[in-house]
Amino acid sequence: METILKIENLTKDFGRIRALNNVSFTIEKGNVYGILGPNGSGKSTTLGIILNVVNKTSGNFTWFDGKTSTHDALKKVGAIIERPNFYPYMTAQQNLELVCKIKGISKNIIDEKLEAVNLLEWKNYKFSSYSLGMKQRLAIASALLNDPEILILDEPTNGLDPQGIHEIRSIIKKIAKTGTTILLASHLLDEVEKVCSHAVIIRKGVMLYAGPVDEMSATNGIIEAKTEEISLEELAVALEKSPQISSANVDFDKVVAKLNTEVSATEINKFLISQGIVVSYFEKRLPSLEQQFLELTNNK
Amino acid sequence: MLRLLQIELIKLKYNKAAKILSIIYFALLTSIALIASIKFNFGGIKFNVADTGIFNFPYIWHFNTYVASYLKFFLLLVIVSMVSNEYSNKTLKQNLIDGLSKKEFILSKFYTVLLFSIISSIFVFIVTMVLGLIYSSYTELSIIFTDIYFIFAYFLALVVFFSMGLFFGILIKRSAFAIGAIILLSIVEGLLIPVIRFGLGIKDYEAITQFFPLTSMYNLIKEPATRLSGVKQLASSVGENFDLNFATQWYEYLIVLFWIFIFIFFSYKLLLRRDL
Repeated sequence: METILKIENLTKDFGRIRALNNVSFTIEKGNVYGILGPNGSGKSTTLGIILNVVNKTSGNFTWFDGKTSTHDALKKVGAIIERPNFYPYMTAQQNLELVCKIKGISKNIIDEKLEAVNLLEWKNYKFSSYSLGMKQRLAIASALLNDPEILILDEPTNGLDPQGIHEIRSIIKKIAKTGTTILLASHLLDEVEKVCSHAVIIRKGVMLYAGPVDEMSATNGIIEAKTEEISLEELAVALEKSPQISSANVDFDKVVAKLNTEVSATEINKFLISQGIVVSYFEKRLPSLEQQFLELTNNK
Repeated sequence: MLRLLQIELIKLKYNKAAKILSIIYFALLTSIALIASIKFNFGGIKFNVADTGIFNFPYIWHFNTYVASYLKFFLLLVIVSMVSNEYSNKTLKQNLIDGLSKKEFILSKFYTVLLFSIISSIFVFIVTMVLGLIYSSYTELSIIFTDIYFIFAYFLALVVFFSMGLFFGILIKRSAFAIGAIILLSIVEGLLIPVIRFGLGIKDYEAITQFFPLTSMYNLIKEPATRLSGVKQLASSVGENFDLNFATQWYEYLIVLFWIFIFIFFSYKLLLRRDL
């Protein structure tokens, strides 16, 4: 598989604070990666370093097998960091012309990209007159200008209203479908879960996990159940009696039980019936990203 | 090089403030010619600036470049804000992400400085030629081009001055404070010179002060008024003898070139070290 980015033991100190500690992971072509972590965990610092705006303290990163310099490699990368940055006194069209000039590509492609993010009719309005959602869409258009090998998005829905969040997400999904490699940093887990095949988890600058989303925690799946006849606590206690269940806990309006062996939902349900418990909701599935994430970050 | 220049010119082209300041600047440069039309008329004594000999070749090169170099402050605002805006709009960060290297970023600014300086020099050259050909008492070719090096000195004076603006813009990131820092520097130099001269009693104080950045810029085109024959006569009649050397010395060019290098090099180094 073609390697797009390789990060090795990346470390960054801001004064006496270690923002990033020995982070290593590799990005392969065609996958969609999510960098997860709470605010201030080092996600943006990592992206800042690979995008040439933050200096690393130690470690290494190489773009495209290290054949090109970082700034030339970045011409083949589309990136949006935190907040859309454009010249406020210039129109969308003029701003994108400037980006084309920097990337050394033809400006004929501008209309097509503005169309893709529904901004074509606004192209002759000044950037300063745009709403935040429009600014963010312009940033995506700008990042797509060069048909990038990889699209890097840092908190792309931050600060947007539900309408804007929905628009950005559907644009991202559309891009992901075309096979473009994506690296998405976010603290919104459902955002990552919906599009990512791989995840990198960082907490306090330390990498906890890097790999496919579904291999994140060695798991046999979980059972989620609800009942109306007894309390959820009682249901949890009943479930824990089963030898196939390692633990069961009340999670808000349902009970979540972890399975310790490969077992079918029917068998667990039979077990509950044998205990005289009838459930109103019952499902066996893989843990959500949020559950896995909390597990990982709590364990360490 | 052309690509980097184009990038910077796109940024400037649509910036209203930069455009207005540049237009005012070039209009003022041209208006040096208006000095020629100054005429006094008190009590029957007519006084016409054009008749005083300041437009005589080769003196006019000196006079015009000296006056024109005061206008550079207008363009300084453009240069400083063209750097500090990149910080306040965070577009510097975006430029780098888009694939511009930090070196290219500095170079695109420096090329723009060179371009502004070249255009200014051409402007001053044309204005001087036209004024001189109209008003000068001597129009032999050899006399016309005698002191033409003042145009080159003027060009260098602009490049070093704007490079300084570039450096302070990158160092301080805010236009107003960057301009403030340049004013502060001029005050510090203004205080240091008498301190060195009288306080420390160093007789040959200029051997030291000529290395100061602003003083070195000033030394490229020294004050021309005392060079006028009328002023000289007046001075000698009251027993004062000006013995200034007006010509720009080779080492004065060198000192200024050194400062240009320092300003641009450290702008780059500063940018390289910074996390954005």
